[in-house]
This record gives sequence, structure tokens and C-alpha cells, in this order.
Amino acid sequence: MTPLSLRGQRVRPWRAVLRNPLGVVSGSVLVLIVFASVFAPFISPHDPNLVVLSESLSPPSGNHPMGTDGNGRDILSRLLWGGQVSLQAGLIMVTTAVLVGVPSGLIAGYYSRWFDNVANWFSNMLMSLPEILIIIVVISSLGSGLAPTMITLGVLASPDLFRLTRSTVVGVRNDLYIDAARVAGLSDFRIIFRHVLSVVLGPVVVRISFIFGMAIIVQSGLEFLGFGDASRPSWGGELSTAFQSFQRAPQLVIYPGLVIGLTVMSLALFGTALADTLGVGRKSVRREKRSTPVRPVVAPADRRGPRAEDARRGEALLSVEGLTVGYPQEDGTFTTVVDDVSLQVSRGEVLGLVGESGSGKTQTVFALLGLLPSGAQTVASALTFDGHNIAGASEKQMQAFRGKRIAYVPQEPMSNLDPSFTIGTQLTRPMRNSLGLTKKEATAKAIQLLKRVGIQDPARMLASYPHEISGGMAQRVLIAGAVSCDPDVLIADEPTTALDVTVQAEVLSLLRSLQQEREMGMILVTHNLGVVADICDRVAVMRSGVIVEQQDAVGLFATPQHSYTKALLGASLEGLPARATRVETEVTRG
Amino acid sequence: MISYIARRLTVGLLLALSVVTGMFFFLMLTGSDPARGALGLYATADQVATKRIQLGLNRPVVEQYLDWLSNALRGDLGISSAQNVNVIDLIVTRLPVTVSLALGAVLVAATLGVVVGLLAALKPGIFDRGLQIAIMLGFSLPNFWVAIILALLFAVNLGWFPATGYVHITDSPSRWLLSITLPVISLSIGSIAAIAQQLRNSVITTMSQDYVRTLRSRGLPARTIVLSHVLRNASPPALTMLSLQFIAAMSGAAIIERVFGLQGIGAVAINASGNSDVQVIMGVLLFTVLIVVIVNLAIDILYAAINPKVRIS
Repeated sequence: MTPLSLRGQRVRPWRAVLRNPLGVVSGSVLVLIVFASVFAPFISPHDPNLVVLSESLSPPSGNHPMGTDGNGRDILSRLLWGGQVSLQAGLIMVTTAVLVGVPSGLIAGYYSRWFDNVANWFSNMLMSLPEILIIIVVISSLGSGLAPTMITLGVLASPDLFRLTRSTVVGVRNDLYIDAARVAGLSDFRIIFRHVLSVVLGPVVVRISFIFGMAIIVQSGLEFLGFGDASRPSWGGELSTAFQSFQRAPQLVIYPGLVIGLTVMSLALFGTALADTLGVGRKSVRREKRSTPVRPVVAPADRRGPRAEDARRGEALLSVEGLTVGYPQEDGTFTTVVDDVSLQVSRGEVLGLVGESGSGKTQTVFALLGLLPSGAQTVASALTFDGHNIAGASEKQMQAFRGKRIAYVPQEPMSNLDPSFTIGTQLTRPMRNSLGLTKKEATAKAIQLLKRVGIQDPARMLASYPHEISGGMAQRVLIAGAVSCDPDVLIADEPTTALDVTVQAEVLSLLRSLQQEREMGMILVTHNLGVVADICDRVAVMRSGVIVEQQDAVGLFATPQHSYTKALLGASLEGLPARATRVETEVTRG
Repeated sequence: MISYIARRLTVGLLLALSVVTGMFFFLMLTGSDPARGALGLYATADQVATKRIQLGLNRPVVEQYLDWLSNALRGDLGISSAQNVNVIDLIVTRLPVTVSLALGAVLVAATLGVVVGLLAALKPGIFDRGLQIAIMLGFSLPNFWVAIILALLFAVNLGWFPATGYVHITDSPSRWLLSITLPVISLSIGSIAAIAQQLRNSVITTMSQDYVRTLRSRGLPARTIVLSHVLRNASPPALTMLSLQFIAAMSGAAIIERVFGLQGIGAVAINASGNSDVQVIMGVLLFTVLIVVIVNLAIDILYAAINPKVRIS
């Protein structure tokens, strides 16, 4: 990395923060507060320590905009001067925390040997200390000066930066560019200093704004307790004086509190704006918007010419026409991922939905299930299930369909089981909910289902947690769960992609036999034409959100119509001798 | 599970030991003079010297430390050098005040934090925005200032609560509750904000997990999924936050006690600090750190109950 690009990286976020309204407002307030405190000697209307007993507790006036305290001292002047103490306190604490936390975090994260263990132990110890008590101990030995107290607080706050730095470094330590720097012969010191530090800088700066705020609050708390320099005006000291006369002049309590609150809030808001700009995202998790239910639209007649499937629609169990799914983008445009898709599946039929990654297969089936990720917008000219119109169905109505009528087998077995609950709970809950079974009945049925999907010791499986079982077992459990409420249609989204090759064929034949014995309709999403050849009755080929061809499986392999289908077949079948081995052949990899 | 608890307890006790050890040597080696503190500024050098011998301060620091530690293990924390009272008696009479405040604050924070955090996560738009602002305010306003304002409004002006003083729970439970209500509220505001923020973020993250979609595909009602599956998976980081908030509450109680004129352990420590009363300071530290260890252990157990991976490993 050249110094030039390093500098570029540093400058850009600051400019971006200034385009963020939150950043501008909080930043301006901070600049104003710093300015007012630093230049207090020139702008404060009175000597902050001038005691005029005849003006004791006088109300706000032209001469004293915020009034005077019990000793007749001008409150505005004292608050202006008091900012100096708070800013100094914050600077000392932040500097200490950075000097202690960041280097130790860098070393612990980069080398992670014995130093990591020792540093972690210290960090845990410091975090379990009640800070005010420790400060009281320190004050009893070293006195209540600003430096010893704020340095101590900085050390107590350093675990925050230590942990942040350490985890960031651990995250990038094995990145390729660090490896490249190592191979290039750069010393560890240079790597840490130039490459790793630049990654850590953003998150650390964000945290610093919060630690600065904390410093101001704790320091004023200590002043409030009487640990401070009484001859110097400070915000906490003002609060303490105001508190002593709060029966007579309650309004005096307000100002120092507001000044502290405003400063800390501006720091926190500026930190948040900075985090948003840098994409640090520690304080503000981005939320996905809720997806809208499928909206029925009446398509223009000329777009709905006669289709090959129209004849079959009468017997179709699940049928969708003109399904379009899109996502509004942040720049106001609209990205369509599924475009005018029409599909039908009948009882006992297996429909293959084939296409490469990103062709919109998964989006299509999630739309059918009403489980699209948030933010998606969906329209369809018709969406029926067993004669019921489910286009525009509410979440509640879809709930009644899901599990019991349409079920879903996911692609990635391990991430689709809740890690905190036993397999038993996850299997029986839906049955008790949808079929109204008692716990005992549901457990008995779960044991039968697990036996059916080929699990040797069902009772033990029910008591297991997901992290205790293998991926193949997990996929069998998910299949058992999908058929547990006796659905009519099963939607399987690449059910074998994440599994070992040896397990793939077993899981596939399990799906096939379950489909046949229960006479379910099945939509099998796959990018594997071998799978299609093995078990699908009909095939729809998808590309870039559009179905380019749809026909019987036999016909598709014999006489593909669309050039894309031909290309797919050509890529996978050429030179392959036996049909059985095709199960493992993939068209493309994602 | 038992070995897990034993391990956590050992770690906690080792932490406590290193804290009190470090602090003892710090106090003794950085100029605290309990003899001077006990006798006051006007005592003569001779008087101080006699007192030093009387308190055993002339012995090597290591010897004093080992003495203190072995006595502490036998339940004897010595005599206050400034007040001539038994340290344990002093602490035990004051401790209930501080512990009531800190535990009360953490219970309030846990309850309200979960409610607010869940609502913010599940109700996007204006509601979430409003809560975000409230959370930011809770973080930014000094809790002792909030305490003064609350005392001014509800104790002085409206007279709903006593402005000062602590009532022992055994004397009158209802008056005990009234006496700690305002302190607990002011102490919990920052913690509510911290826990709500943490929970909101982890609920939003958990909601986008694959298994949540699969659970929905099984037809489970949204309420079951959120309150059982999502909340359980989202709570570990909030629990960690809770234990940090308890420590903060034990610490913050010292200031809040001052506002409401409660004679808690904070006041004891501040007094002892002024008198360089090492025995009392060490006693307060030991008790506080042990309480932190116990509460952290309780939270660790809760953590293990929620997260099966922790239990087994």
C-alpha cells in the first residue's frame, strides 16, 4: 500500500461524515463546545471565580444570562471555563485508553501466543472492576488531581479498545494481502504498522468518541462527589454546588446537566455518523425491510398468449402465473430478479427448476412460500394452491398453508437448524402447532419420521443439539421436519448441494421415495442436470430471472428447444458414459 | 455443567484475588498513611510514629499482606484505623443499601431493556427511531443529574417518594420499596439503554438467520418464533452486557447514594479514602469484587442454560 492511497483512505470518510446531516449537526455542536471552552478567557462575560455575595442566586438577566450561584458567581462564565476541565479529562482518558488498548490489541491479535492469554486475563480483570471504587482507592493514595484519576479511568476503559483491536486484527490476520506482505519479506512491525493499523483505525476512532463521552460523565461524577479541584470551575462541580442549594434554586441544576448531556450526546451521535460512514456498523445494525405479500396484478391480455401449460392448469396443485420479484435499490432504481415466471406442479409430479447461480430459482420458490427476504416486492397475475387463491394472502393466512400444505427443504443443513434447541423440540413444535398433537403424540410421530428418513437411533437424535450431528444427518432431520405435517407440495432448494458426494445420492433417493409414497407434488431446485435426469418429470430452465424453456424431462434431454438449454446440456453431458454417474455432474458451480 | 460452573467460579475467585492483591500493594506502596489518616493533620510526628507501630505498618509490606489475606480468609477484615470499628460489621450494615440499588437497577434494566429492545427490533420506522433517540439520551445524560431531577420532581415537589434516607426491608417492605424507587430508576436508565441497544441489534441479526426462515416455513406463528427461538439466540450478547451493567451499577451507586443521602458502601469508601483507612478500603473492595464474581457466576449459569454449546464443552 502506498502512502498516497493510505492518505486517501483516511481523508474520504471525514468528508463523507460531513455530508451526513447527523454528522454535520453533532460535529458543529462539538466544534462550538471546544471553541467556547478553549476561548473561555476571552469570551466569558465575568471572572468565573468572582464572588459577589450581594448578587447571590440572582435570576437570569442581561448581566448574568444564566443567573448566579449561591456565591454570586456568574454561571455562564463558570460553565464556559468548566468545559476546559471536561475536555482535558476526556483527552487524558482517551489517550491512555488508546496507548494501552490499541498496541496490546495489535500484538495479541497478530501474534496470539502467550501474550494473548495474559492480555485477555488482564482485560477481563479490568472489566470486572467497579470504576468509581477503584478511583476512590487511587485518590486515597495519589490525591484527586485530574491526571491520576483520568489515567486510571483510561486504563479501566482500555479493555474496550483492546478487544476491538484484537478481534479486528484476528479478522484480517489471515487475509491474502497480509500473507502477501509477509511473503514479500516485510517485517512484522511494518506489517502491523502499515497494513493492520489502517484496518483498525476506523473502528477505534468510532469507539473513542464514546469513551470521550464516558470520560466527561465519570469526571463530572467525581467532581460531584467532591473529588476535584475546588478552585477550578467544572461542569460536575457546578452540578455539585447547584445540588447543595437545590431547595432554594432548583433551576441551577438544569444548566450543567444539559451541557454535559449535549456534549456527550454530540460525541455519541458523531461516533454513530462516523460508524455509518465507515461501515463499521457496531452501533447501528442495518435492518432489512419487511417483504410485501404477493400482489395480484391483471396482466395485459396481449402479454398472456396461450401457453403450453394452460391445458394442465385444472389439475395443478400449485400454480403461479406472471410472478415477478424485485428489490428497490437505495439509488431509487428497481432490480428485478424474477421476471414473469409461470409454473405449475400437480399432485405426484416432480418439477425441476434448473439454472445457474443467481438465475432466480431460489427467489422464485421463496416467493411461492411467502418467505422472501425482507424488502422484496412481488407481483403475480395468479397464485393458486389447490383451488385457493393465495395471492395477496396475509402472513397469518400463509402461516396456515406453510408446513401443512407447502413445505420446504433448505440447501444448507447446519444453518437451518436452531442451534439453541434440541432436534426433538424443533421437530415436535410444528406438529403440535399445525396438527394439534399432544407432546407425546408428536414425539411418537417424530420417532417414526426419523426412522423413515434413515436415522438409526431416533430417541437419541431427538435429544441431540444441531452441533452434535453431521451435515448429512441434519439434512435428513430437515427432510423429516418438512414432511412432518403431511404437506401436499414439497419445495426442495438444492437439497444436496451442501452435502458430501457420497451422501448426495442417498438424500436424493430419500426425497424421491418420500415423494412417491406420499404422492406429493415437488419442486426441486437444482443446478445439477444429473439430478434432473434422475428424478424429475418436468423441467423448467431459468436464466436471469426468466424461464427460457419448460417441457417434459425426457423431451428436454432429447430435443432441447432453447439455445441456453442446449448449452447447459452440452456443458454437462458430453463424453459422459453412464447415466448413474451423472448424479455427481454439475452444470456450474456457484 | 458442574465442571463448567466450577471452572467459572475458580476463574472468578482468581480474579478477585488478583484485584485485592494488586490494590493492597498499590495502597501500601504509593503513599497511603493510615496512621496519619487516623490521627488527623495536627498530630505530631511522634504520635504518628507510635500509631504506625501500633497498626503494624512498620513491618514489611509482604508480611502485612499475608497477614491481611490469612485473616480475611478466616473472615476477619480487621479494625478500621480511623473509626475503631470492626470492618465487617461496618460493611455488613451498609452493604444492603448498595446491593439493593445495584440489583434493583439490573433487574429493572433487564426487564425494560428486553421489552424496549424487542419492540425496537420488531417495529421499524418511527417507533424504532424514537427508541433510538431515547436510547441515545439514556446513554448521554449523567445518571446523578437524572437522579437530582427526579428527586426534585417526585420527592420535593410532588412528595410521592422520600427525598433522602434508606428504610431497611425488614422494617417495612413498602417503605423500603419507596426509598429505593427513585435511586433505582436513575441508576438503571443508562443500563436500560445499553441492554435495549444490544438486544435490538442482536434480534435484528438473528431474525435474518436461515433457521428462522425454516421455522417460518413449518407454519409456526411469528410470536412463537420471536419469543422463543429468536429471543433465546439473541440473548447471549445482552447477558454479557447485563453483567457489565451490574458492575457499572455497583460503581454508580456510590454517586446516586450521595444524591439521595443513602448510607451505602460508597459513602463508606469515600470516608475511608479521606482517612487513608486501608483496612476499610480493602474490605469494601473485597466485598464488592466478591459480589461481582457471584453475580457474574449467576449470569454465566444463565448463559449456559441458554446456549447448549457452552454446557457441553
